[in-house]
Amino acid sequence: MSVAPTADAGRSRRTGSLLAFAYLLPALVVFGIFIFWPLVKSVMLSVQGTDILGNPSGFVGFVNYSKLFTDDGFLQVLWVTFAFTVLTVLPSIAIALFLALLLQSRIRGVKFFRTAFALPFAFSVATASVIFGVLFNPASGVLNGLLSYIGVGKVNWLTNPDLALWSVSGATVWMQIGYNLLVISAGLGALPDDVLEAARLDGASGFRLQRSIVMPLITPQLFFLVVVGTIHSLQSFGQIKILTVGGPEGRTTTLVYSIYEQAFANNNSNYGYASAQAMVLLLIVLVITALQFGVLERRVFYR
Amino acid sequence: MRSSSRVGTALTYVALAVMFVIVLFPVYYGLVGSFMGERDTNSFPPALWPVHGVFPENYSNALGIIPLGNQYLTSVLQTLVITIGQLVTSVLAAYAFVFLPLRWRGFWFAVFLSTMMIPYESIIIPNYLLISELGLKDTIAGLTLPFLATGFGTFLMRQSFLSFPTELRDAARVDGAGHLRFLVSILVPLSRPSLAALGIWSALSAWNMYFWPLLATEDPRHQTIQIGISQLKTSDGDSPGMVLAGVMLALFPTLLLVIFGQRFIVRGLTAGAVK
Repeated sequence: MSVAPTADAGRSRRTGSLLAFAYLLPALVVFGIFIFWPLVKSVMLSVQGTDILGNPSGFVGFVNYSKLFTDDGFLQVLWVTFAFTVLTVLPSIAIALFLALLLQSRIRGVKFFRTAFALPFAFSVATASVIFGVLFNPASGVLNGLLSYIGVGKVNWLTNPDLALWSVSGATVWMQIGYNLLVISAGLGALPDDVLEAARLDGASGFRLQRSIVMPLITPQLFFLVVVGTIHSLQSFGQIKILTVGGPEGRTTTLVYSIYEQAFANNNSNYGYASAQAMVLLLIVLVITALQFGVLERRVFYR
Repeated sequence: MRSSSRVGTALTYVALAVMFVIVLFPVYYGLVGSFMGERDTNSFPPALWPVHGVFPENYSNALGIIPLGNQYLTSVLQTLVITIGQLVTSVLAAYAFVFLPLRWRGFWFAVFLSTMMIPYESIIIPNYLLISELGLKDTIAGLTLPFLATGFGTFLMRQSFLSFPTELRDAARVDGAGHLRFLVSILVPLSRPSLAALGIWSALSAWNMYFWPLLATEDPRHQTIQIGISQLKTSDGDSPGMVLAGVMLALFPTLLLVIFGQRFIVRGLTAGAVK
């Protein structure tokens, strides 16, 4: 039973492969029904019109796509998405990096701080957004309360068109710190002791050690965070839905929020146009992923 | 030399303390605010700690105003089903990739990899339509079915299986163990740390999900706790203390996971990378 006769080797390889396929099958069924088929259907929806009940109303070619480029609202959506990504990705990495370097110090209590700073990671987008909603409250929120002590009048954090995106971004930066910190700390923890020791013996210390030795060694982690963070920010939805509902004047309507608005808000059921926007999102994410694998990755220092 | 390092240490503590206050303030206010009455939260400038008494009844009020008990149960069930589902499908698929002769291995590998590159939001409309047509809105099935398998989980388990020598399988075969028995009684117990990592990641992301449960449920009694608390905030006239109490209830399980499971979370950070 344990040794297959050689004459049957070919057949047993085929049945072996069938067995392997059976092990893959449960996952493949889920992927097929809930990822690949919906992907095909998204493309199909995006080239169809939609009647008022939300049913596809026949092939319309690239009408939904050409609408994207002529719709001023959608140009604003792209701009807001870009601004939101810039305002969230880099600041959250910079803050996490600063914290991670502080936590590298050999001082007492580091363990306590390490756990404390990871706590934002436990927050869901809903829990964090609701808390920030309370803090941002213009009439009784703590932020305006603290500002009043230095004589600043009440700020409309979420309803001022020039400020809302900054406020939502600030809350998002906070949500991302915990994850970024864990990644950078893991990278710092894996630094080769001998390299650091050699650098110290050569007289490098403090800022010099960080800049010339530590930073180049953790570029893979930082690069990973830029890519993952960008994709994550592009997918942000909950904080916008909970804090600003895309407003004021659409100034916080990002691509994903726009998809939601077209398809689901106020029973819009504009599935065709929303699907065209969804394809734009897919394209952007695929391009970023391709960049990660192709161009940029070679420039990063790997051990 | 010594004094300069002492200054350095002092500066580090100052920086840590400042960052601690800034970063942890929302956590602090969420917790303390959940015990404050309206006299404290609605005054201006608002109190930073309970000046006019402590109000634990915020919690019972939160439980009373929305069907939070039901929603909690829904979240627990949803999290359990997704976590167990992902563990099972990931372990099986990873086993096929590592220990079984698989035709077109590269192709299937690419299929699993590609699932990680498709942003869920770009296919959420057809998924919503499908779940609606199947009549699965407001059900645990509707909340969980799309998430029962992940490329991430498969690659995490594959990484773990790859670390075992192939002799392990040969030895088991000599002892007469078939594939399933080898997997269940030898590999799975040996892979406990990776299983814990995957389980914690699955549970965290399932519990914290927002977009999909928002679409897949309508009836408040069948919504998850995340949707429940976000609507607490928008329904008019809710006292901030009670809203924050709801938040704390939703936060409690994940807070425990992050505090006590950090070791496993870090393991999952890098293990999923395909290299």
